[in-house]
Amino acid sequence: MERIKENVFSSIKIVSFAWAVVGPLTMKYFADYGASVIRIESSSYPDANRILAPMKEGKSGFNRSGYYNYYNSNLYSMTLNMSHPKAIDLAKSLVTKADVVMENFSVGVMEKWGLDYEELIKIKPDIIMLRQSGFGTPGPYARLPAFGMTLAGITGIPNFIGWPDTSPLPIGVAAYTDCICPRFASAALIAALDYRNKTGKGQLLDLSQFETSLYFILPAILDYAVNAREPFRTGNACSFAAPHNVYRCRGDDRWCTIAVFTDEQWKSFCKVIGHDQLMHESKYNTLLARKRNEDELNGIISAWTMKLTAEEVMEKMQSAGVPAGVVKNSEDLYNDPQLRYRGLFWPLHHPEVGMFTHLGQAFQLSETPAEACMPSPCLGEHTEYICKEFLNLSDEEYLRLENEGVFE
Amino acid sequence: MLSKCRALDLTNENGFLCGKILADLSVDVIKVEKPGGDPARNRGPFWHDIPVPEKSLYWFAYNSNKRGITLNIADIGGQDIFKGLAKGADFILESYPPGYLDSLGLGYPVISKINPGIIMVSITPFGQAGPYKDYVASDMIAMAMSGLHYQTGEPNGPPINISLPQACMHAGADAAVGALIAYYHREATGRGQHVDVSMQQSTAYFSANAIPFWELSQTILKRSGQYRPGVSTATLQRQVWPCKDGYIFFILIPGKTGGKAYKGLLDWMRNEGMSNKDIEKIEWENMDMATMTQEIVDLMTVPIQKFFLTHTKKEILEEALVRNISLCPLSSMSDLLNDAHLRSRNFWVEINHEELGTAITYPREFVKSSVTSCRTRFRAPMIGEHNREIYEEIGISSMQLIALKEAGII
Repeated sequence: MERIKENVFSSIKIVSFAWAVVGPLTMKYFADYGASVIRIESSSYPDANRILAPMKEGKSGFNRSGYYNYYNSNLYSMTLNMSHPKAIDLAKSLVTKADVVMENFSVGVMEKWGLDYEELIKIKPDIIMLRQSGFGTPGPYARLPAFGMTLAGITGIPNFIGWPDTSPLPIGVAAYTDCICPRFASAALIAALDYRNKTGKGQLLDLSQFETSLYFILPAILDYAVNAREPFRTGNACSFAAPHNVYRCRGDDRWCTIAVFTDEQWKSFCKVIGHDQLMHESKYNTLLARKRNEDELNGIISAWTMKLTAEEVMEKMQSAGVPAGVVKNSEDLYNDPQLRYRGLFWPLHHPEVGMFTHLGQAFQLSETPAEACMPSPCLGEHTEYICKEFLNLSDEEYLRLENEGVFE
Repeated sequence: MLSKCRALDLTNENGFLCGKILADLSVDVIKVEKPGGDPARNRGPFWHDIPVPEKSLYWFAYNSNKRGITLNIADIGGQDIFKGLAKGADFILESYPPGYLDSLGLGYPVISKINPGIIMVSITPFGQAGPYKDYVASDMIAMAMSGLHYQTGEPNGPPINISLPQACMHAGADAAVGALIAYYHREATGRGQHVDVSMQQSTAYFSANAIPFWELSQTILKRSGQYRPGVSTATLQRQVWPCKDGYIFFILIPGKTGGKAYKGLLDWMRNEGMSNKDIEKIEWENMDMATMTQEIVDLMTVPIQKFFLTHTKKEILEEALVRNISLCPLSSMSDLLNDAHLRSRNFWVEINHEELGTAITYPREFVKSSVTSCRTRFRAPMIGEHNREIYEEIGISSMQLIALKEAGII
């Protein structure tokens, strides 16, 4: 069996009661750097992503979901039937050997299992517990079940998407908030591990997916607090740049973004599109003039971009020092030379679906790079291994518990 | 928690959030601006719409809990002073184009010789190396290149960007994590390292199921307006629902995951006589997410849509809390500042801006720690506000400070 390799967090053991995306993205920042992360799952209540599309060859199965398998590399999966009292006992034994317990269920689930912080410190006084529910504990919404797809609304972020005269739109990746909280949580958790190493003290870290997401729109919140201004939707325009838009290119649904901020970029831009005369024309020669005549200008640009591929537009602009980028669809993203160069994707052999692209590293560390060690686990793939290696159960004990349905 | 650490923060708006997160975790973060102030101070919105560098709300938002000095690192004297500061620092955060600090003789190879434990964190649109490393980009360009832009918008219209910078937020938050992984390693080994963060990559890090959809079925997930493709293989589900006075975010997810929310909603609709016999027949909790049909989704969408239009977002949220229906209203900024949950958690805190003669509302903290506070303590620095106290630490006298000011170095 593959194992996690030696890295920054090799001495760290994490027991994770994770759900959907927030849990796995948080676990990855530790598992990719050597932590042993044991993800507790259940076959009677499988993770939401194990039943989400797309399925390999269109056939449903807990180990066949591309959504799950994309986000869960480097983790151990152990199944526990948490409605069985002996499963709770096993979970507690794991906690006594762990540094961290992390979870992102709605508030109330860990309490129901007797695994809230007050209980955990009785069995492991220096444990660090990391909680990331939708709304955080406590508070009037604490127990409201939440998904990234619903939380995206309460953050107010969709107010910034769309046109002045249309309704707000959701963010393309519907569960936008899912990727926000894990960064704040992981930073806090590393600080807490360091604090424990230096003082011997564990702690409870409680984050709210709702609250952390607001850090992504702070200037707009301050704008309201100070100037009483509500957001207005501006499509792809930018008040201090013109042109600043997406332009249709040759092909089906192909687009390229172009953004011109400075005089120098404007002059280069005019040369690239072969309209040198625009450069000094009073309708376009200053930012304010271009903003006034933006629609007309966008028309001129589109006439030029539609004859070219999005890649050609990007390359021509970039060679002249003008900010431009292809609006990448998922095929483009999958083949993106820069993302591939930087290891965003890890092709790993998965026991049930074969070669499959897993999400790789978020950033590059020069001395301790993240490592792809294990594909996403099949449901309960490591239950026996964890029982024997981490909990030192004998073969007989393990079989007895299995027969009692503890591992379902 | 990290109160013994110091970071020198040279970033522009592409990297602000990294230092903000570190500062909230008690790192002593010192913003290093060029004399006269960082150009990122020109970023709006502004306090009372007065566009001057010391009234930028963008600057305020992400530089609270940081101190600030001015220093011209393009000057040889300034570089000398920077090296002195780097000796006593744990982190250097920067967002210059790749190679710029090297060209000044202040890149990681040089600084790590002066201070082998230093952690240098670089945040750029595409990263320090690779085919796009020298591409120029704004936030929108990085969003486009990350795949997020393509999926946002109406099916028959162009891709639409989020009109607030976001790629820099993903990168800034990621950078804080990368910096601290490097720090954890440093504490065990004494060795620092270079952390290389890309706005494109950090934003592309979460693309929901777009990549597996492409790999497993060569399907490109498209823009779908207020609907969401890809929850199940062949269906579009409504995510944004108009209600009486705004919008509700709710999604029909079958099986155990979404079954409870749907049951709660259906009970409420039934109470108000707005269910119908077709949807009562659907065994939602036993339905398979991956194989559900568009016909069934549409059958359910119509009565739910009608129902939401009969209530306000406040009524819908209140009832959702009672019935455990996972949905949320779309908040305006005013809703956020008055939100009952945030208020009960004391999420908002007033921070004094004595020079403006007022206080401004900020979020208190992104994490509740049982051993310490991670709260916003003080406002962002004025230009060069802490020059004296910080330069004194490295032995620069007040007379020398005046000379450095006159020479344009600080």
